[in-house]
Amino acid sequence: MALLDVANLSVWFHTRNGVTKAVNDVSFSVDAGETLAIVGESGSGKSVCCYSLLGLVPMPPGRVEQGSAQFDGRDLLHLPPRALRALRGNQIATIFQDPMTCLNPYLTLGEQLMEPLLYHRNATRKEARAQALALLDEVGIVEAARRFDAYPHEFSGGMRQRVMIAMALIAEPKLLIADEPTTALDVTIQAQILRLIAELQARRNLAVILVSHDLAVVADIADNILVMKDGAVVESGAPQTLFARPQHPYTQRLLAASRRSPKSTPATKPQRETLIEVSALCTWFRTSDQRLVKAVDDVSLELYRNEILGVVGESGSGKSTLGRSLLQLVRPTSGSVRLRGQELTTLGARALRPLRRQMQMIFQDPYASLNPRMSVFDALAEPLLYHGLATRKTVTAQVLALMDDVGLAHNSIRKYPHEFSGGQRQRIAIGRAIATKPQVVIADEPVSALDVTIQAQILDLILELVARHNLSLVFISHDLSIVRYLCDRVLVLHHGKLIESGTTEQLWKHPREAYTRELLAAVPRLA
Amino acid sequence: MLRFILYRLLQAIPVLLVVVTATFFLVRLAPGGPFSAEKAVPPEVLRALEARYHLDQPLSAQYLGYLGDLLHGDFGPSFRYPGRSVDEMIFSGLPTTAELGLYALLIALVLGTTAGVIAALRPNTAQDYLPMSAAMIGVCLPSFLLGPLLLLVFGVWLEWVPVSGWGNVPGDKILPALTLASGYTAYVARLSRGGMLEVMSQDYIRTARAKGLPEWVVVIKHGLRGGLIPVVAFAGPAFAGLLSGSFVVETIFQIPGLGRFYVQAAFNRDYTMIMGTTVFFAVLIVAFNLLADIAAVWLNPRLRHQYRKPAA
Repeated sequence: MALLDVANLSVWFHTRNGVTKAVNDVSFSVDAGETLAIVGESGSGKSVCCYSLLGLVPMPPGRVEQGSAQFDGRDLLHLPPRALRALRGNQIATIFQDPMTCLNPYLTLGEQLMEPLLYHRNATRKEARAQALALLDEVGIVEAARRFDAYPHEFSGGMRQRVMIAMALIAEPKLLIADEPTTALDVTIQAQILRLIAELQARRNLAVILVSHDLAVVADIADNILVMKDGAVVESGAPQTLFARPQHPYTQRLLAASRRSPKSTPATKPQRETLIEVSALCTWFRTSDQRLVKAVDDVSLELYRNEILGVVGESGSGKSTLGRSLLQLVRPTSGSVRLRGQELTTLGARALRPLRRQMQMIFQDPYASLNPRMSVFDALAEPLLYHGLATRKTVTAQVLALMDDVGLAHNSIRKYPHEFSGGQRQRIAIGRAIATKPQVVIADEPVSALDVTIQAQILDLILELVARHNLSLVFISHDLSIVRYLCDRVLVLHHGKLIESGTTEQLWKHPREAYTRELLAAVPRLA
Repeated sequence: MLRFILYRLLQAIPVLLVVVTATFFLVRLAPGGPFSAEKAVPPEVLRALEARYHLDQPLSAQYLGYLGDLLHGDFGPSFRYPGRSVDEMIFSGLPTTAELGLYALLIALVLGTTAGVIAALRPNTAQDYLPMSAAMIGVCLPSFLLGPLLLLVFGVWLEWVPVSGWGNVPGDKILPALTLASGYTAYVARLSRGGMLEVMSQDYIRTARAKGLPEWVVVIKHGLRGGLIPVVAFAGPAFAGLLSGSFVVETIFQIPGLGRFYVQAAFNRDYTMIMGTTVFFAVLIVAFNLLADIAAVWLNPRLRHQYRKPAA
């Protein structure tokens, strides 16, 4: 008998709009020392599945329709709330995705860390503090005693996740549920955190359920993988067999998305025309407490016609600020940005306006960057009419042509952003960006908010559009595997400085800088 | 933190100056003066009175003279109560009004947050609708209606409490405090419900539950602090409002407080008394807003941290 044995679990949500079968007839088991990975896209039911075991699904509207979850000889689904609460944080602990929002900003980290001991073990504050300090040390927080009374905002994302892990493990649980524990973190930090979890698991003989949207992340550490889609398990098995012979088309799609081949760039390019030329660009900010942040510091680059230039770096590396500085959405502190020889940094807002038509931007979150009160037609017609590229008579036909371009059905022309899925919304945002027939498009993490299989579709759309419309694209991303698939050349940013640049192939095969090597090594990969 | 307080104190200076200036000229724009009465006063007496109170001087001189006195904390003599200064009268009424306001504030905070938190724990159920409907009624019922109603029921019919007075018989402070508190209680209930609803849907509340903490610890320790920040921000201006708005309640229950002076002064064109009470209330409002802001900063570690750090 395994430590946790879930059989035929179904959790449905009963809402005014009908029944959503969030989890439908799911079975799995995990034993001490084992790692089970549950992989699926947003809405696949992977999180609900875990939370329902802990009684953390709001009921109503949620309801456990059927099934059992035997944990250590007891059925979690039928325990009285008080008994289940005694297990939570004690025998079964949880790590959540975003350590920023999952720690209480009003309480010190030390206080939050001690709580499981105080309430489950009736430990004295002194004992709890001693144990918490030892554990902080174990998860790699240096000078734990000094930082014990710090608040969450004083810690970086990776550090906060370490505290989260310590908090989960402090009561010595038998089962650890980690829900996307590294999704909000940079790739190098992700590697550290995954390593830490694996180490702690081995040391304590923990059973781990690792929930993730990314097959590559779980590939190395999982003993078993459960692939979920629309609330049901479509395929499960050991990673080796699953990766070697995926049966379900959905698993195959997921694998294909994780196994993109690198872009092959022709060795000799026909003469290259420089479109944008940036030299010694600096964009500095002052924070509210008067600290000077050199977001972009002395960066020089060229963007050639018809190429895709990748900009990679971790959060805070200045890659987004660089993109915005190119478009003069943020005014640089010094340096020059020239578009076909024309200096942009000295132009006033009015003089820039006609040039904006030639430079467009695609943002990360299509939901936030599209006006919720403008229909697809409004969003796409606005730039056309504003820049005088269409008349009232021709605009409908032009909008429809654009929708064809980005793969949106004609009958959705009157719909509003909230009526679309994330991928479709990004198609609208892309359509809006290319509406003015720009020469340069800057895409800032355009697929980061999307599910893996949708990502693949949007990336293919971008490649297609770049070829069809002779676009030059600056592709800003933290995801190196995507950059490798898409880009001709790559720039690596670190703390606002340009560390290294080169063709994609060059960079991957012979990275010069230590930081680039570290970055590349941290990317999770499928065997 | 000190920098923050100093900065806010500096900000208060122009605010107060505008209040003083506007009040000064507005009361003089109103027809009539402190000594116009139905029975005509002999012109020589009027002249003597005006000379006595400097009302014969040009307006600009009066204004500057008043500002000068104000800087020394001198609100001047009352025009209608000869021999008594405005300072004296304000400070004779203040203790009573302050006591009444304090009780009302305590009632509003305790009852209001309790109702709000209870409502927020089970939104859109009877547990939510009941206290919130009561709060709605509390907001709508004006105190000149609620006061007499309470008097009628608890004073006249049930004879549980005396019907008027302040501090004469035990229990005579209950009804005035309740009447004054009602609107504020309702508002606090709505604020705390909103704040708690938002906080209880945060990820860190789920974390607290996942740690297996008892529900009351989740609510009190993890929820309340963030959820009550809007209430704290409101408590400062509310207390100032309670002090300056107690006129109706003081009249209904025959309480010798500050509110009476304020309104009577307006009827009497008692220039210095109007000015004095207005400026006094303005100072109170500014001060309590500042206190509330300091409390809000103090409750939020992120802001606290920001203000603690000296400029680099």
